[in-house]
Amino acid sequence: MGPIFALFAVIALVLVAFVGAGVANLHFLFGVVIPYAAFAIFIVGFIYRVLIWWGSSPVPFCITTTCGQQETLPWIKQSKLENPSSTSGVIGRMALEVLLFRSLFRNLKTQMVEGTKLVYGEAKWLWLAALAFHWSFLVIVVRHLRFFIQNIPAPLKAIEGLDSFLQVGAPLLYISDAVILLAVTYLFLRRVFIPQVKYISLAADYFALFLILSIAGTGVLMRYFLKVDVVGVKELAMGLIGFNPVEAKKMQEIGVLFYIHLFLVSSLLMYFPFSKLVHMGGVFLSPTRNMTANSRMKRHINPWNYPVHVHTYEEYENDFREKMKGAGIPVEKE
Amino acid sequence: MALKDFLSRNKSAILERWFEKALESYPADTTGFLKQRRRQFANPVGYTTEKALESIFDWLLQDKGFDEVTPHIDDIVRIRAIQDLAPSQALVFLFHLKSLIRERVAGELQAFSAELRDLDSRIDALSLISFDIYMKCREKVYELKANEVKNRTYRLLQMANLVCEVDEG
Amino acid sequence: MAKFTAKPDELSKIDFTPPRTRWMETPVEIREHMFCHAAKPKELDVVGFPNGHEWRPQDEDWKLPENWERMLLEKMSDLLGKYRSFKVFMDICVRCGACADKCHFFIGTGDPKNMPVLRAELMRSVYRKNFTAAGKILRKIAGARDLTVNVLKEWWYYFYQCTECRRCSVFCPYGIDQAEITMMGRELTNLLGLNIGWIAGPVAACYMKGNHLGLEPHTITSSVEFFLDDIETITGIRINPSFNRKGAEILFVTPSGDLFANPGTYTAMGYLMLFHELGLDYTWSTYASEGGNFGFFTTNEMAKRLNSKIYAEAKRLGVKWVLGGECGHMWRVLHQYMDTWNGPADFLEVPKSPITGTVFENAKSTKMVHITEFTADLIKNGKLKLDPSRNDHLKVTFHDSCNTARGMGIFEEPRYVIKNVCKHFYEMPEDTIREKTFCCGSGTGLNASENMELRLRGGFARANAVRFVHEHYGVNMLANVCAIDRATLSTSMDYWVPGVGVTGVHELVGNALIMKGEKERTIDLRMEPLPGKEGAQ
Repeated sequence: MGPIFALFAVIALVLVAFVGAGVANLHFLFGVVIPYAAFAIFIVGFIYRVLIWWGSSPVPFCITTTCGQQETLPWIKQSKLENPSSTSGVIGRMALEVLLFRSLFRNLKTQMVEGTKLVYGEAKWLWLAALAFHWSFLVIVVRHLRFFIQNIPAPLKAIEGLDSFLQVGAPLLYISDAVILLAVTYLFLRRVFIPQVKYISLAADYFALFLILSIAGTGVLMRYFLKVDVVGVKELAMGLIGFNPVEAKKMQEIGVLFYIHLFLVSSLLMYFPFSKLVHMGGVFLSPTRNMTANSRMKRHINPWNYPVHVHTYEEYENDFREKMKGAGIPVEKE
Repeated sequence: MALKDFLSRNKSAILERWFEKALESYPADTTGFLKQRRRQFANPVGYTTEKALESIFDWLLQDKGFDEVTPHIDDIVRIRAIQDLAPSQALVFLFHLKSLIRERVAGELQAFSAELRDLDSRIDALSLISFDIYMKCREKVYELKANEVKNRTYRLLQMANLVCEVDEG
Repeated sequence: MAKFTAKPDELSKIDFTPPRTRWMETPVEIREHMFCHAAKPKELDVVGFPNGHEWRPQDEDWKLPENWERMLLEKMSDLLGKYRSFKVFMDICVRCGACADKCHFFIGTGDPKNMPVLRAELMRSVYRKNFTAAGKILRKIAGARDLTVNVLKEWWYYFYQCTECRRCSVFCPYGIDQAEITMMGRELTNLLGLNIGWIAGPVAACYMKGNHLGLEPHTITSSVEFFLDDIETITGIRINPSFNRKGAEILFVTPSGDLFANPGTYTAMGYLMLFHELGLDYTWSTYASEGGNFGFFTTNEMAKRLNSKIYAEAKRLGVKWVLGGECGHMWRVLHQYMDTWNGPADFLEVPKSPITGTVFENAKSTKMVHITEFTADLIKNGKLKLDPSRNDHLKVTFHDSCNTARGMGIFEEPRYVIKNVCKHFYEMPEDTIREKTFCCGSGTGLNASENMELRLRGGFARANAVRFVHEHYGVNMLANVCAIDRATLSTSMDYWVPGVGVTGVHELVGNALIMKGEKERTIDLRMEPLPGKEGAQ
């Protein structure tokens, strides 16, 4: 039920854009109003989630998950990245987490069984697909900057050049396009075919995958197959960031496929702050990873630490004074 | 062809089915995990079950004493004895083997009928052994509980001078 | 006469094939041998826990207080406001499944709700319904559900089937820690008086008497007296430790379990012998006679209340610093919570070994040193005379306790000590040690007897790795630095790997330690003949 519901939800989004922009000619709505609204919701929603919702709660305790040797006696080698007691160690640990998905990679550990055979689990593929997906997504987002910049800067050109270095097809095939489609497809298939992953998956999990798949799919269609007016798209994009939308006639000339793509992207932006996709920000705020493991060296302050009722020594001695004396234990009051 | 030859030729197919049947006792949504092969430490239940079934099957094809097979039955029964399965559910896996072999033999039931009868009684004997092991495991669980209580109070009794020299602590 | 007929699937008819329903539609079944008995009201009342009442987990009616839903949701809101970890962990899980097969309870039971991700979803679903816009509007589609009695029971059942071992958090790409969520879950259940006796009893005892076992001061000294008699029998040396002595340099705190239950008692004897040999100026305390903290398995406040005794006693006695014995969750608490709760301990000095002069910079704020840090430093500096051959009959492996592994990272110190006091040391497979270590299956106060099957299932992954080294290298002794391990792994080994004993690291030290003026030893701390001395008695 989950995947089917999610599929219909994404199809519905496609139809809305198709009817809205293609049939009812609501180009201004789909080309200007909704993208602006989506962007605003994304920014405000994300800031709310990170700064207000998460940010309003303190981190009362230093709960680093230590994955290596602690800092201790000088002759014992500390694992500075897995159990970082310094800020630079934490930065290194976080960089590994965010850029290379270090923890997911742990799964990759092979098992030597029956002498010679090395066994890799499915987990290796999860790590690989997740990494491929996120990196290609980033590359694609960066590549899209060319629509918003008049003179394309060299670094952006370099990224495009690298992404298309295979030099196949016309227009040149971007590797990231192929990778994202494959990776997302894999991530979907494992949700369906691995029983325990299927069991834990919610409709929302499929929805995010289908939405991203449809965004990538419509993008690929536009670039390689059903060409749209790229010059028009750039004019529209430049108009959007200049707060000076292009005239209706020009908008009309861009194919409907573009508006479907744009609407799906807008949907993703609007959905983002209210969904698990906020892990993009959350990964930086996870206390088990971003805290310095120096809790015995430096006192961590809990802002809501409050005095508690304790059973004092005096009360204890009052309860047991005679017994203590009998056992030869020194007491405060004879 | 003797039944033994037939079975050793069809070993992997029968074992595959047997393993699947044995895992049917577990929640369907997680058997995928338990079926993951060769993950000795990440999936000890699946691994031990598979190994034990194979060893039991091999034993059936050889002329060895019951001493040889008991540890393998122990491996699998020891796990199932503490997994919230009724005794029948815990031990049904041995009985499955009979029907699985017959399924495989199918067309040649007649030719093998005498041998099958002998094989059946061998499996029956294993089933009886498995009852013994199951009971031992269950008794062990209760013994463990009792031991823990005893161990927790031992010093107390000792201090109250209620224990004289005992050999086992 | 009619023939016998048997349908081929007759056998499978009596099979237990669980129904395939989605998890939200599968109501919890409270199964025998999987849970601990309910706490008694008086155990809760003693420490002022709310809503203590008579109830039984297996009963239909849990006699919940009126308005329990509102109380629970208000408390949940309060906890969300106090812990960023709680909020972040509720929001960011993508259900990738990396944690699913990392939990020892899942591995041993196959129960899907024991997958860490799903255990967390039990809570997340209620969070979404009550604290997120998407959950309020989209409900089930967004994975949200109402808080009902059934959901509460499910929480209780599964949050008391989690040992807060943090193994899942090692593998999670966002570091989501089920231990945090279980801790919140236990705070919530505790609010309704739904604690378990095995936790509430020790908490009450610890609060009133200073230790989980409820040992009164004179019982502690006479218990130690027994150790001293045994040590004298073994070594010919009479040791005279002090209790509650003002002016000592060091306060020693260890889990009380080691004063009473074998094999922990031998570890306690090891401490006594080591400190005597060093001539250490230290004292035991009967008031702060508990290193462990079962309060940690109830509420944060209770944990702080119990923990406060350590600094309070250190201050009263005027010691310079505190030395802590071998214990697992005790060290999670000391390492990551104590200073924050009850610090700053500015009345103490930065710990400095009086024997070697080593300053323990890594404990300069908390002022509490782990005994294996202390002993490793002694050995490294050649301050101990050791005869490892006295442990020659042992082939030792080391079990990293969850809390000292993933909540501290003390891996090399105990190994260094063991390797210096034993000649035969073998590691278990890599995926089962250090930060990937498997739980004993009985942590967080789940080491009762009535839930023995849960414990054995949860302990199987650990035992399976021990069995591997037992079969391959003949390992016959499982060393560890945790009092709960010493008690529960003994049971687990007895079932899964007979022939493997359990020991604390300082029992091995006590055996190998050559003491000044000792007689020729013929027996070890267990009163069993030393290797080569079998006929000597």
